[in-house]
Amino acid sequence: MNPSSYKQKWLIEQSMPLTYALLFIVLSLSVENFFSTANIVGLMLSVAQIGMVACTMMLCLASRDFDLSVGSTIAFSGVLGAIILEHTHSIGLAAAGALLAGAAIGAGNGVLIAYLRVNALIATLATMLMVRGLAFIVSGGQAVGIADESFISFGDTSIAGLPVPVWITAASFIVFGVLLNHTVFGRNTLAIGGNPEAARLAGVNVERLRVWIFLLQGLVTALAGLILASRITSGQPNSAQGFELDVISACVLGGVSLHGGKAKIFGVLVGVLIMGTVENVMNLLDVDAFYQYLMRGLILLAAVLLDQLKARGQRG
Amino acid sequence: MRLNVSALRGPDQASATSFSVRGGEILGFFGLVGAGRSELMRLLYGADRRAAGTVQLDGVELNGRNPAAAIEAGIVLCPEDRKEQGILAQASVAENINISCRRHDLRFGLFLRHSREAQRADAFIERLRIKTPGREQEIRLLSGGNQQKVILARWLAEANLKVLILDEPTRGIDVGAKNEIYRIIHEVAERGCCVIVVSSELPEVLGIADRIIVMKQGVISGELEREHANETSVLQLALPDATVHHNQENLERSIA
Repeated sequence: MNPSSYKQKWLIEQSMPLTYALLFIVLSLSVENFFSTANIVGLMLSVAQIGMVACTMMLCLASRDFDLSVGSTIAFSGVLGAIILEHTHSIGLAAAGALLAGAAIGAGNGVLIAYLRVNALIATLATMLMVRGLAFIVSGGQAVGIADESFISFGDTSIAGLPVPVWITAASFIVFGVLLNHTVFGRNTLAIGGNPEAARLAGVNVERLRVWIFLLQGLVTALAGLILASRITSGQPNSAQGFELDVISACVLGGVSLHGGKAKIFGVLVGVLIMGTVENVMNLLDVDAFYQYLMRGLILLAAVLLDQLKARGQRG
Repeated sequence: MRLNVSALRGPDQASATSFSVRGGEILGFFGLVGAGRSELMRLLYGADRRAAGTVQLDGVELNGRNPAAAIEAGIVLCPEDRKEQGILAQASVAENINISCRRHDLRFGLFLRHSREAQRADAFIERLRIKTPGREQEIRLLSGGNQQKVILARWLAEANLKVLILDEPTRGIDVGAKNEIYRIIHEVAERGCCVIVVSSELPEVLGIADRIIVMKQGVISGELEREHANETSVLQLALPDATVHHNQENLERSIA
């Protein structure tokens, strides 16, 4: 390969970060109040939950699976945490209960998909409905208020100028970046996404790995649910509707292939930031919420088309 | 070293199969396409669920639950369909070499050792004369012969290698690479490993195997030592009994 085609390849691979950098500069210069500490911190806080869950969704998509149940899991874990807190007044128990429930939901998804061979889309669509139902059942259809001051402060305390949820999201990106690039777990995840049968014949325990991926996804999602509950000072059974689509959009924007086998943690970070930035700017510009949906859909479509162009370019 | 396969049978198979291989021996499996050789190898490797039978390596029984267990015991398989079952197409040459053996070489039992993996990949690229611009090249861009050498490197990197099973190792591979793959197969056998070569190419089996097992319609129809094996003796065991007779009947019917 000659130097100029290396350069070309680099440009193609970095097209999304470069686009984002350009977008960021243009918005900073053109949109009033965009480039201010308060707004940037607010932007980061608004994508904190999406960012955390995007880390595990990346693994899920990289292994050629899909998880639609994360929105419901956020609601359910928030509600469950709030209820446990109400009855026991123990943050430890509330967090443990919610995280355990999230991990169990994830593991359940994993078992359905890996061992019982249910299509991931259908399996997680079913659990999405069931878990949403559970959130309504345990809360009696009502929001569960949270009175515990220290639980509430968890969501809006700042350390070194950034809110705790942003730090947790940053930590997730680091942890899952290391997991993806520097461990057998990450490499095998990409391997089973690229070709499950070849990976299995190369000694990868495909079923067990799938269950672990979904379990992690459930665990992180429950953590995101607790953070959301802390921020909105209640467990809301109807919160985070459509959350799964935002997360998957962010991953796709970040270059995670829906055909499995390809994922870059930095790409996912950029995808999350694009989602957050676009929403933030539309709010700053007072764009009607109805048009925001339209815009987000268009951006996702553009990202996928760009991805296909890239794939075609690399094949040729 | 000795691999004993006895009364092995898959859930869809009517009859069970038994055979054994010694360390240092190259055992050829010949048969027509569909004779059940690949199915037998997949059962032995734990790739498909077995219904009955045992596999013993040096007297230790293997559970056959999955390929990972077979690899742990030192049994490896280069599958027939290289593109679909062998290579991890989107991954690099280095990744394809290291995917299995890296489990023995982790920091804190968790983290990859990138520099060792790179060294290992480079060493195998040189030793097996794998033609690639570098270890980071995507394996799908290599020729079939070089892809096969990468798969071989993956298994040669197993320190505990005891049984090497090759299913159609030279299918769709050019002559030069073929000879190099034969050289590697002999090397592995000389190291004392059991080698099983499944092939539909008669000259290949006759050329490389110390002993030939012939399969026909899912069962072993015969076994020949190297000195008794020739085209006629092997084909007699491989072709359906009724072939000649049957064809004649068909001919007569079509004339009538």
